[in-house]
Amino acid sequence: MLKLENISFATDDKEILRDINLTIDDRFVAITGPNGSGKSTLLKVIMGLVQPISGRIYLDGEDITDLSISERANRGISFAFQQPVRFKGLKVRDLLELAGGRGKNGNEGFVHACKVLGEVGLCAKDYIDRELDDTLSGGEMKRIEIAMAAARGTKLTLFDEPEAGIDLWSFQSLIHVFERLYQKTSGTIIIISHQERILNIADKIIYLKDGMISEYAEGKKVLDQLALDINPVAGTDNLLGDIAWKEVR
Amino acid sequence: MDAIQKNLLKEVAALDALPVGAYNIRSNGKSTARNTTASIDIVTKEDKNGIDIIIKPGTKNQSVHIPVIISQTGIQELVYNDFFIGEDCDVTIVAGCGISNCGGLDSKHDGVHSFYVKKGSKVKYIERHYGEGTGRGKRLMNPKSVIELEEGAVMELETSQIGGIDDTFRVTEAKLADNASIIIHDKILTEGDQQAKAELAVEMNGDGSTCDLISRGVAKEDSVQEVIIKIDGNAACSGHAECDSIIMDRGVIVATPQLKATNVDASLIHEAAIGKIAGEQLNKLMTMGLSEKEAEEMIIHGFLQ
Repeated sequence: MLKLENISFATDDKEILRDINLTIDDRFVAITGPNGSGKSTLLKVIMGLVQPISGRIYLDGEDITDLSISERANRGISFAFQQPVRFKGLKVRDLLELAGGRGKNGNEGFVHACKVLGEVGLCAKDYIDRELDDTLSGGEMKRIEIAMAAARGTKLTLFDEPEAGIDLWSFQSLIHVFERLYQKTSGTIIIISHQERILNIADKIIYLKDGMISEYAEGKKVLDQLALDINPVAGTDNLLGDIAWKEVR
Repeated sequence: MDAIQKNLLKEVAALDALPVGAYNIRSNGKSTARNTTASIDIVTKEDKNGIDIIIKPGTKNQSVHIPVIISQTGIQELVYNDFFIGEDCDVTIVAGCGISNCGGLDSKHDGVHSFYVKKGSKVKYIERHYGEGTGRGKRLMNPKSVIELEEGAVMELETSQIGGIDDTFRVTEAKLADNASIIIHDKILTEGDQQAKAELAVEMNGDGSTCDLISRGVAKEDSVQEVIIKIDGNAACSGHAECDSIIMDRGVIVATPQLKATNVDASLIHEAAIGKIAGEQLNKLMTMGLSEKEAEEMIIHGFLQ
């Protein structure tokens, strides 16, 4: 279970998260909302990539607010970045080994990581010796990023807009990766998404707006509410911003 | 051979035992082991320190190991090794120098390697430099390689110096005839107050000749690195150079590219970049469970792989 208490975050000139209180005990939670609403920052705060200016974060009852990124990773949090990082010299194999737990379970973890790479449509055999540099396309990097986070199989996995840069064919595979992770880990998956197909399968949806939680309820309920709010006939503001309202409907 | 010498041999030539094929092991200033084969001869020079390595035309899939190790403090030497590689060969040459200096005097190895590669031959050259020891005496190396590639000859060099050498000036000069090709991968890691300078200079004098020079460096702590890459295109040729460095702590890196074309059909490209390890790279690896230090080591290791 993940619990956030009074989490706030601000840069010099802007409040990004305002007093977020949240308890997540569902298995599959989607975060959605307009651009600039604080979605990515919220996930980064959970992973420890940014430190909140106030508030506490608890994972299974343990206060992890002051733990480093590595400590949180080793407590069972994984993170798939929206924009995967490239490395000159490091190979897909290096990440597969890390994701597989570096021989902690013999070769089993590595083999599993290779399998998950296959699930996003990249044959491990073909990619294992590829460098994680600009010889890989954005789509390939993105799929590797998702697969490596999923392959860790931790109790909490965070995905920051996994669908961005993924074509339609691999979108199906992407859903399967989440389903398998869901079955395998009995952990929690939190995904920032604007995609109807992902929002539809979420147990709950968090709708974030202006750094605050505007809605947090069962998926269908939030979707119905959003669809009402963005009814163009009624002329109300488009609360979803960059979410295509038709897609949400 | 004692344990220190055996370790040096392992570091510079990846050898646990005497290699297969031709070899010459130079230890503390003299040849201590040598083997020749029917197609590879090794002859001691009479006029100066060093050896001639003569590879007969048509020699394929054979290797020559010529490691140099110094484990006595205060040894200073200048050695000339000349390689004569006949036509139509395909060989691997493993060189390298390891210095273990636990004493108070400087130990130095300066090596001049000349390669005469005949028509159509293919040579892979691997050279590692390694230093260790806790003495006040410095570990110094100044290798120079002079390469002449005849028509259609191909040479690939992998040179590396991963720590332990206090001061080095490495020079590699190559001249290429028609359709000859050279690939150089040079990697260097400096730390402490080490100083390293490398100069790679390739003259492409023949039509259809190509070169690809890739230099990667990591300068840690107070170390200083200087890389000079020169490509001269004097024919219808194509050359590419890439000079990529990671700077850390208080390190200093100077990268100087120089391209010169004297022929309208020469196509030359140079890329150079110096930067620190990106925070997002560290973050990524830390989200996979590595500590910041482990992440840094993994990035550097990969970069210099």
